[in-house]
Amino acid sequence: MDVRVRALESLLVEKGYVDPKALDVLIETYETKVGPHNGARVVARAWTDPRYREWLLADATAAIASLGYTGRQGEHMVVLPNSARVHNMVVCTLCSCYPWPVLGLPPVWYKSAPYRARAVIDPRGVLADFGVMLPADVEMRVWDSTAEVRYLVLPERPAGTDDWTEEQLATLVTRDSMIGTGLARAPAACAPAIR
Amino acid sequence: MGGMQDFGPVAPEADEPRFHHPWERRAFALTLAMGATGAWNLDQARRTRESLPPAQYLASSYYEIWFAGLVALMRERGLASAAEIASGCKHEPPKSLPRRLDGDSVAAALARGASTQRPLPGTPRFALGDAVRTVNFNPPGHTRLPRYCRGKQGTIVAIHGAHVYPDANARGDGENPHWLYTVRFPARELWGPDTSATTVHVDCFEPYLEAR
Repeated sequence: MDVRVRALESLLVEKGYVDPKALDVLIETYETKVGPHNGARVVARAWTDPRYREWLLADATAAIASLGYTGRQGEHMVVLPNSARVHNMVVCTLCSCYPWPVLGLPPVWYKSAPYRARAVIDPRGVLADFGVMLPADVEMRVWDSTAEVRYLVLPERPAGTDDWTEEQLATLVTRDSMIGTGLARAPAACAPAIR
Repeated sequence: MGGMQDFGPVAPEADEPRFHHPWERRAFALTLAMGATGAWNLDQARRTRESLPPAQYLASSYYEIWFAGLVALMRERGLASAAEIASGCKHEPPKSLPRRLDGDSVAAALARGASTQRPLPGTPRFALGDAVRTVNFNPPGHTRLPRYCRGKQGTIVAIHGAHVYPDANARGDGENPHWLYTVRFPARELWGPDTSATTVHVDCFEPYLEAR
């Protein structure tokens, strides 16, 4: 693949179809700038500011844009709040649609056949693959991103974080908790990297 | 592929890198940069990736699929020949394209995105809470109505305005915007008893739906 991709790149540059600098900026943007830390800020704000939460649930695109996250693959956002009664999980069975401005590029498992095939029929089985068990009476709602609406799960705020600041809370928000394949970290289990 | 069995467990990877091979970076960026030229639209790109032979599709990684789709589109549009793609050397003069994405405009283009919402006169046919049934169709081309929810009964739970209709746009028949809804299906309506989901939500364009 290395040789084939390199050949195509030099051809497209030689033909003038693509600007090599644009390629570098695209890669740099999605490798170093855009990622789940963006979504974590959105969630932490919603946990600490009830009015922001209300806005986020009513008009997610605008509320997320107010924190500076807009554009490609996030043009039409909807936020799904998890609770003790309801657990939401997001998938794209058709390709791998994913809210890039708030989560960055999707992980391999999200794009893989096992996840795309099973999330819509057996979300509890998928959760078990992530080591997560939920009580039997929790309603499991799955969202298949079949059009250009992009979904972000608002995980539940972990207990024991009443005196935490928004910045501290953001460190508890994992990528998987915003897809619905995980929960936000408990304070004791807090680690610096966001998965 | 929603509902297909026997793919095995989902395998999360700890501390996963954004790209696993250097070529993935380049294939990703080439796909975005060529998409920005306007040589094809998003739905045509998706259609081309989907139309890989199923055995090849299922055996390919995500960026392998992207690369195969990009090569196919370049050839279909006459933007590059097979010989040029194999050698990496230009044999024929370039064709003119609507746009080119320059390095300095990438950030603005990404931040702007490309909304698919379009003004549409009139009112949507369905209202929140309406009981609907998805059509049962199996078009040979592109559609965004998954196979697992055709001919199924659900309820409208959101109306998202009118959006570009992928089925038409992928054929090159124009954007032909239609009202877009989120439909909630009881999981048992889709799967019978063999499911651990309570409800499954699918975004459906108006032509996918009929009243019940």
